[in-house]
Amino acid sequence: MSLNRRELLGGTAAFTAAMMVPQVTLAADTIKLGSILDASGIFDAYGRPMDMATRLAVSEINAAGGLLGREVEVIAYDTQSDMALYSQFGQQLTRQDQVDVVHGGILSASREAIRQTMRRSQTPYFYNVLYEGGVCDRNIFINGVTPAQQVEALVPYAMGQSGPRVYILAADYNYGQITARWIQKFVADNGGETVGVDFFPLDVSDFGATIASIQTASPDLIMAPLVGGAHLSFFRQWAAAGMKDRIPMASTTLGVGNEHKVLTADEGNGIMVAYNYSQELDTPANIAFKERWAAAYGDSSAIHELAVSNYQGVMTWAEAVRQAGSVEREPLIEAMQSGLSIDGPAGKITVDPQTHHAILDVHLMAFENQGMKVIETLPQRQPIDTQAVCDLQANPDDNTQYEIEI
Amino acid sequence: MDLTFVILVEMLYAVASLILISAGLAVVFGMMKVINLAHGEFMMMGGYATITAVNLGVNIFVAMLIVAPLVVGLIGLVVERLVIRHLYGRLVDTMLATWGLSLFFIGMVTLIFGNTTTGISTPIPGFTVGNYQVNGYNFFIILVSIALLIVMLAVLKATRAGLIARGTMQRSDMAAALGYSPDRIYMATFFCGSAIAGLAGAVLAPLVGLVPTSGGAYIAKAFITVIAGGPSLIAGLISSSTLFGLVSQFFTFAISPVIGEVALLVAAVVLLRLLPQGVTGKFFKGKL
Amino acid sequence: MIKTSATRDVVTTLVVAALLITIMPQLIGTYTLTVLVVYGMLGLSLGLIWGFGGILCFGQAAYFGLGAYTYAIAAVNFGESTLPMLLAVLVPALFAAILGAMMFYGRLTDVYLGVITLVVTLILFKFINSTAGPQYKIGDARLGGFNGIPGFQTLNVPGRPNDYIWGDAYFYFCAIALVIVYLLVTWLLRSSFGRIAVGIRENETRIALMGYDVAARKTVLFAIGAAIAGLSGALFANWAEIVTPGLFSLGQSAEIIIWCIVGGLGTRFGPVIGAAGLAYLKFLLGQQSMIDNTLIIGLILVFFVLFLPKGILPAVTDIWRVSFGRRKRRGARTRRGRGGRQHG
Repeated sequence: MSLNRRELLGGTAAFTAAMMVPQVTLAADTIKLGSILDASGIFDAYGRPMDMATRLAVSEINAAGGLLGREVEVIAYDTQSDMALYSQFGQQLTRQDQVDVVHGGILSASREAIRQTMRRSQTPYFYNVLYEGGVCDRNIFINGVTPAQQVEALVPYAMGQSGPRVYILAADYNYGQITARWIQKFVADNGGETVGVDFFPLDVSDFGATIASIQTASPDLIMAPLVGGAHLSFFRQWAAAGMKDRIPMASTTLGVGNEHKVLTADEGNGIMVAYNYSQELDTPANIAFKERWAAAYGDSSAIHELAVSNYQGVMTWAEAVRQAGSVEREPLIEAMQSGLSIDGPAGKITVDPQTHHAILDVHLMAFENQGMKVIETLPQRQPIDTQAVCDLQANPDDNTQYEIEI
Repeated sequence: MDLTFVILVEMLYAVASLILISAGLAVVFGMMKVINLAHGEFMMMGGYATITAVNLGVNIFVAMLIVAPLVVGLIGLVVERLVIRHLYGRLVDTMLATWGLSLFFIGMVTLIFGNTTTGISTPIPGFTVGNYQVNGYNFFIILVSIALLIVMLAVLKATRAGLIARGTMQRSDMAAALGYSPDRIYMATFFCGSAIAGLAGAVLAPLVGLVPTSGGAYIAKAFITVIAGGPSLIAGLISSSTLFGLVSQFFTFAISPVIGEVALLVAAVVLLRLLPQGVTGKFFKGKL
Repeated sequence: MIKTSATRDVVTTLVVAALLITIMPQLIGTYTLTVLVVYGMLGLSLGLIWGFGGILCFGQAAYFGLGAYTYAIAAVNFGESTLPMLLAVLVPALFAAILGAMMFYGRLTDVYLGVITLVVTLILFKFINSTAGPQYKIGDARLGGFNGIPGFQTLNVPGRPNDYIWGDAYFYFCAIALVIVYLLVTWLLRSSFGRIAVGIRENETRIALMGYDVAARKTVLFAIGAAIAGLSGALFANWAEIVTPGLFSLGQSAEIIIWCIVGGLGTRFGPVIGAAGLAYLKFLLGQQSMIDNTLIIGLILVFFVLFLPKGILPAVTDIWRVSFGRRKRRGARTRRGRGGRQHG
């Protein structure tokens, strides 16, 4: 896998030239990769670059000769940020298109909408997004960062920069609800105190009253797992009230959809985050990735955490298919469970056989002039939250999302 | 004490923003008995006009107070000529046509600006009240809405155009008989209504992340406020905005923003059940 | 006379339905068809109360959502689908009866009625959308807020929870349900209740002066519409295998109104065709990303209000009638006949 990609590093010309070839050389029988993402609607800031990443990954795979001598074909559906369309298109992919694998889903709600469909139809499913952890299902593979990888590192760092009293503002759905509980746990573990928790439905965009009540509680730190375009107004209104320099803030989601580029430098600077990827990562793999992206789409500014996750997810699947020598479910799962790893733009990604989650690098970062500056890199973190409750090798029939209890 | 002041400001702000959101719709509805369901999209386009103008180097206040109303007013004019004027007197049909227009505008703006959240930052810094920081921009919104009400009142009461407009509101057939073309009056009214919507969208834009579907958040509130206000234009606007603004902010502070919104809606149902013609259908009769 | 036309009506319905049920699965996959049928039923529910009762409900989605949620919650709790199906019809009907009584005895009309129904839908949406926390539970069912409720028991043969009705069988089940509902609506409209409902639509005061209790009749009609919407909601829940707050959304309500307008108000078949056709169009548009599909739906709506305010079905019937009538008189009026042919 990494060899194939290194061949591509030669230059963009070779890349484009190679893209022309595969149609001729590959066998007619294609491998079908189903993609299901919100490429429009209020979550498209997440979904559109993810869709671009899927297509980039697949065109690179095809340019390098496809998989098992067959071309990979993308069958993509745009779910328009509508959760009901997920189940519809999910059924469509498995029943009608009978794809070999499905990559996609963005919000945790969308993943839960299609996970059972994929399981029933025995279609391997890759969910390539940072999420709240705890999904234990042999049919799904997740390479996004979980709370133990992210929140556990972010909370003590942010508390160290500010103080022990923490106020949590979370999106009101399973991601926000569960992540808020994780934050409370890690705040308590680090000797802090949670002074308030507020949940906001995804369409709330007026935070005036909330900003006032936060001030009444006068915390040392705001933790904000807020999601989507409407919630972005919180950061605007927060800055507009002049609160930004008074109470430091950390977020588990801000930036995964390149929100730091939508906010002005004044509104964003200093917000603390922790992710697997940043465009500012100064590694040869990332620089080469950005070049390939720019060659395919004009410029590389659209790349974000979730797009890279998605790219790495497709590449991991491709590697597993090569090792298994088949796209069938059982051989694929066995290959994935063999401790397989790839080198992606965000570093080394290893599949954890016990949980089907990923072992990966996490970077503590802060927003700086519409970029994410790396402060500290925490190499190869394990998804211990999910490992504590889920063992797919001991219980292969497990099919639950474990939630943290407080 | 400080908190009381902060809550007071937030309440005033809630009332002011309801007035802003609803004023354009109220003008169109009060004058023409046309419910413009694309009102929210007019506001959204006002926001986009502002952002585009600011990005082109226009001063933000000029962009908000002049560029956006003009642009949206002109769009409104085109819409009136092409669609609305064929539908006068057909309330339900205009609602449906403007609903279609709202979807059309969402699609157009998506095509032009893409579906990603954009926005600008507020031009006024926050300031300190005791231990609290208050969003300074709230005062700007309160000021704009007061100014808007005064201008509307002045135009309707003191100018010849206002007189004609009031006459048309009461008896359009009589106005026509006196030689004033209702067609042109309606055209002008729709232009004004759209321009006010554009202004509102522009002024509120710095507070929210703007997406092409942002209008949907406004239309229901505007619709409810205007209908609950009843037949009098300005008195209705003020009374229902005050009522709903206070109710929703009270519950927002007491419980949560969601409960605040729900309280507003419940208040609307109760109000319309008790006063089916809106507040000014019963009180302040004959006022503007 | 009435009797023969009624028989002809029923026979036509059955023949057309039988034809459609046999032919359509050859053209479109039954999975997609099922949802078109479900939407058809939803369109019919509004077509009934708006087209024949003159009640413009901006919140028909509320009953659709209520039906779906009632089914899902009950199915999680009972683990069997028969009772949940019944509840999914009864709960929305009851809800509508209460709301309707409140509105119609309060003499609310047109716009005000629209606002109330819209507001109630918004309240339901806001409420359901903010129930993600673990404290919101009905029996064993977590309401789930924005996530919705996935993984409930889907339709099974009554009394045998492990014999699921799904796939092609489920399509036929929905199609037959639609035919039955359609026939019931036909029967209702032909009864004296239906004729008085149409009378109320035409002139409420006159019917009231004749001594009929207008408010009670409107309430009942409103509740019947809600019951049909609730049934379609339950069928939708079974099809999608998940219910989400989006079912209550304004967008959903808007779509139902658009279906009725496009299909043809005051007809029974129009809303069904409008719903199925537009839903299929939306589905096709969802597979392409060339043009934004809200733009197209918006243009369609504006176009219909301006040029075909009566909808497709009445327009087609008119054209058919014109060409049919012309053929009879062709000999006498050749000239006009030629003019008419362009329309045909």
